[in-house]
Amino acid sequence: MSRKTPKENRHLNRFYYTVDHAVEKPFNWQQMWRLLTYLRPYAKTYLPGAFMAMMLSTAVRLIVPILIGKVVFDIVIANENMTMLTYMVIGITVLYLLSYIGNVFRIKWVNILGQNVIYDLRQHLFSHIQRLSHRFFDTRSGGSIIVRIMNDTNSLQELFTNGIINLLMDVVTLTGIVVILLVLSPKLALAIMVILPIMFYISTKLRRNIRRSWQDVRIQQSRLNSHLNESIQGIRITQSFSQEKANEEYFDGVNTDNFKSWRTATKKSAMFGPFVEMSNALGTVILISYGAYLILLGESNGGIAIGTFVSFGFYVGMFWEPISRLGQMYNQLLMAMSASERIFEFLDEQPNVVDKKDGTDLTDMKGHIEFDHVEFSYDEERTALHEISLEIKAGQTIALVGHTGSGKSTIANLISRFYDPTKGAVKIDGHDLRDVKLNSLRTGISVVLQDTFIFSGNIIENIRFGRPDATDEEVIEASKVVGADDFIRRLADGYETEVEERGNILSAGERQLLSFARALLADPKILILDEATSSIDTETEVKIQEALQRLLKGRTAIIIAHRLSTIRESDNIFVLENGKILENGSHDELMNQRGEYFELVKSQFKMLDAM
Amino acid sequence: MNTFKKLKRFYWPHRKYFYTSIFFLFFVVAITVVYPVVLQLTIDEVVLQERYKLIPYIAAGFFFIMLFKGIASFFHQYTGDLFGITTVYKLREALYEKLQVLSFKYYDNARTGDLMSRKTTDVEGFRNFISFGISDFIEITLLILFSLGVMFYYSIPLALITMAAMPFLAVVVYKFDKRVHPAFRGIRKSFGRLNTRVQENISGMNTVKSLSKEDFEVGRFSDSNDNYRQNYLFTSSIWSKYFPVMEFIGNICVVLLLAYGGYLVISGDLSLGALTAFFSLVWYIMGPLMNLGFVINMFSQAKASGERLLEILEATEDVTEKKGAIDVPIAGHVTFKDVTLTYTEDDDKALSDVTFDATEGKIIGLSGATGSGKTSITQLIPRFYEPEEGEVLIDGRPVEDYKLKTLRKHIGFVLQESFLFSTTIRENIRYGNPEITEEQIIDAAKRAQAHDFIMAMPKGYDTMLGERGMGLSGGQKQRIAIARAICINPSILVLDDATSAVDMDTEFKIQQALKEVMKGRTTFIIAHRISSLKHADEILVLEDGKIVEQGKHEDLVNHHGPYERIYNIQYQDREQIMETAT
Repeated sequence: MSRKTPKENRHLNRFYYTVDHAVEKPFNWQQMWRLLTYLRPYAKTYLPGAFMAMMLSTAVRLIVPILIGKVVFDIVIANENMTMLTYMVIGITVLYLLSYIGNVFRIKWVNILGQNVIYDLRQHLFSHIQRLSHRFFDTRSGGSIIVRIMNDTNSLQELFTNGIINLLMDVVTLTGIVVILLVLSPKLALAIMVILPIMFYISTKLRRNIRRSWQDVRIQQSRLNSHLNESIQGIRITQSFSQEKANEEYFDGVNTDNFKSWRTATKKSAMFGPFVEMSNALGTVILISYGAYLILLGESNGGIAIGTFVSFGFYVGMFWEPISRLGQMYNQLLMAMSASERIFEFLDEQPNVVDKKDGTDLTDMKGHIEFDHVEFSYDEERTALHEISLEIKAGQTIALVGHTGSGKSTIANLISRFYDPTKGAVKIDGHDLRDVKLNSLRTGISVVLQDTFIFSGNIIENIRFGRPDATDEEVIEASKVVGADDFIRRLADGYETEVEERGNILSAGERQLLSFARALLADPKILILDEATSSIDTETEVKIQEALQRLLKGRTAIIIAHRLSTIRESDNIFVLENGKILENGSHDELMNQRGEYFELVKSQFKMLDAM
Repeated sequence: MNTFKKLKRFYWPHRKYFYTSIFFLFFVVAITVVYPVVLQLTIDEVVLQERYKLIPYIAAGFFFIMLFKGIASFFHQYTGDLFGITTVYKLREALYEKLQVLSFKYYDNARTGDLMSRKTTDVEGFRNFISFGISDFIEITLLILFSLGVMFYYSIPLALITMAAMPFLAVVVYKFDKRVHPAFRGIRKSFGRLNTRVQENISGMNTVKSLSKEDFEVGRFSDSNDNYRQNYLFTSSIWSKYFPVMEFIGNICVVLLLAYGGYLVISGDLSLGALTAFFSLVWYIMGPLMNLGFVINMFSQAKASGERLLEILEATEDVTEKKGAIDVPIAGHVTFKDVTLTYTEDDDKALSDVTFDATEGKIIGLSGATGSGKTSITQLIPRFYEPEEGEVLIDGRPVEDYKLKTLRKHIGFVLQESFLFSTTIRENIRYGNPEITEEQIIDAAKRAQAHDFIMAMPKGYDTMLGERGMGLSGGQKQRIAIARAICINPSILVLDDATSAVDMDTEFKIQQALKEVMKGRTTFIIAHRISSLKHADEILVLEDGKIVEQGKHEDLVNHHGPYERIYNIQYQDREQIMETAT
């Protein structure tokens, strides 16, 4: 090995990207059946309609060659019968017209059928995912969920649109041809059907082999694309560390790998066509040699007429299409298996937090919260909360203080019932949350998070997200109250300004103000602020504090923060550590107690001084 | 055509593949037309004349000719593909290299999604045309010409009948293509919108659930979902309208051939075999004609894609290296002389008349509100941007005099949101200096207070970081970024809001780590918290791109300026809190 090898290897180990390998699964009847149930709503309309239309054009395709061969060649031309020719021409024209009508409706209905099924499936999946609880989202990356809703569903599209009808059409065509050939001339038919197994082999095994090498290409390509994507996002780091050359070497390696696998796949693919042609040619050779022999033998001696020969010529040319599509269909089914398995995996996922049928409606929430010996764990190994009991009176502002992982956010999550406690009960206005209608509960609670999510759309729609039926005036009013109106009006299009998730039109502080307006518009009885004001610069924070005071008025508020300035005014401060409440009281009380809170405050300042 | 000329350097060197491909194509098409001829010969010469001795010759001849066609079509397709993928290989390489050197300014105005789609979809669009477009066009032309030739040889009237059908078909194909391609684009756009909708919903799931807006979201989703369905059905309605017509025209042509051809056979003016041959030949003309629209569309797509690729390839590189740029060690003395910077023409000045002098090993604090120009100052030092006026000097020499690599090798950056690559922790740490030894990596990690948490992970330094370094907390990512900066042993260190996104405990740890790292380096600290700035040798307070205050913490605290204001906000709290405590 040359000296260069290790260096090249090192560059290829520079980055690692995960790629999906499983693209096909063995056929599974149960799963297939479950997929087919999505056809049920259309079992009396589009499905039979598309089937009938398909049968019509297929029948014409099968009949015409006999008419031309048997009738025109053997009867009309042999007997020089012009009237019969005229009838035939009119007859075939009518058949073609029927086939035209069949085609129009087949294409139309097949697509309506397929698109409706995909629409239903996607809608079902999306709605189901909306109902799933936090636990579900905790364990999965956003990307893997999106892939299922978008790509996996889409890969079933072809199956439901053309796949199923084509499958029927191909089976009908193929049996039709075989039967017709056998009727016309069993001997010649059997001889020619030698090519069928060859064609089936090419269309399944060979194609599969080719598809595998295309999968290789796709895997390489997705590695390449992942790197491209990352190299764009990390370009500033790359340039700061002047790693452009080293990255180019890596890219060159990936690009070359991709090129090589691509070349292999192309080579295999290029062989496919010739193989098909050859098997077709074999059929023709058999037809010519054996067929001509049979003609010479004469019809009376067990041979065939010229017309039969011509019809055979047509039919041999028609073999390949259905076989090819059936082979494709087989591959499509295997892919559909893996896609549907992944879709069903999500559909089978049950929400941990479920709505009781006869739950209490909490529409007139007062905002009194009580934790009664609550224990909670995210997984078996780690208990996040131990025996927590606390009470928050309606209209009170309380603060939760403690280090990262002490259980502050968990308490907030339990109030919104994103999770159910493992033991004990969380109650609002005296009702156990498990007995309350989820929707009425969450309508009464708003959570403002550290990173406000901005949906693409304009500002007014983003604020209205808190209460979709709010009027423009109400939105503007809410923005005024939290002090967002000023900066919004300064934007190019005011409230109509288009914003997007990663756009840099809004600063962190401005986003936060938007989320306050959103929360205010929702007019909740309970407001939870989870680290709502970190990562904002000092002057903006002062502005936000004022907005916050207005927002908190008349609501039960739970504030989670590291910064002491935010929580000092609270009616009650709970100090948490490892899922337990160490102490609680007002700021002054706690400072005088000289307990954990006092230490926390002191150590924060000590830290600041030490910096 | 200009687009293709400009991109010539990517495909022209590989033209031998193209020529080979076209050479073989010629045989493929010629032999295709032979099939009906063989049929005709069999019927007319063998069967009707009862010369059955010819059968083996015809059969064998046909077989070998098809074998030859198989081989020819393999080489036609393979070399055609090679032509395309070799071009793509070169094109991708050039695009990647270009994107590596484009300046920050370019990326400020570019979106990742857009660049990605150019590098994938547009490259593919261009390849399709290079690989298939041209040769498909040639194939269609040849096939039609050859078939017509054979037809005219057999029977002029029947050939004329076939030709008469062609304009009808052409009109339908033209109309179909004019409508179907915009419809396809509609599907793609609609799918994109649906995708955005889902993506936002999943990323914003916390917000959705907090505000209990699941039903609302399902409603919005079903709008997009339905829009996609409608777009798709609209396209398929175009298909269902035009496609059966095309087939019908072909079929009518067959019927006409049958009627008139049958008459000719009966009257003895045409052989039976020739009539049979016509039924195949007619589809060799109709089939390709139906596809012509797609080929033409491929061309216009490739042109549009090519233009978008050229936009990248021809983008100006604003930051370029001077000829004779030098490569000398940098000590770290940074001087700004009346520096003014504007990002884009219509923008306000990001920096105006900034002047300061930071000698070697000094710590410079930068304070000011978001958008006041703190980051801009630090980005001028490694020439990420170029000043509009004024001079930036390092060790008394303008930054333009240094090689870019030299400059950047000596400047280390730690940013607020640290970007980590999808690879192991080890590779991330040594990202800026791949030659470094294992000991040095561990040493850097230790100095960045990262070693302990790295070792606590099951795979230690081999722990794989996902996209955007998922799986690590903000503070941990930040410390890896610090280790990464230490590894290049920079003379100048820039800490841009490096600790604002982490909680107090972690900030304390990071600050401790940084203290150690800053020793002996000129350091620029950008921070909101006074506590991070107060030990600086000099603090620059910025407002709207101007330095409004300058000096040590002790001087500025009583200066009645913005620094004092921020100080008061941050510290009055603390006095009050401590008061209650005593």
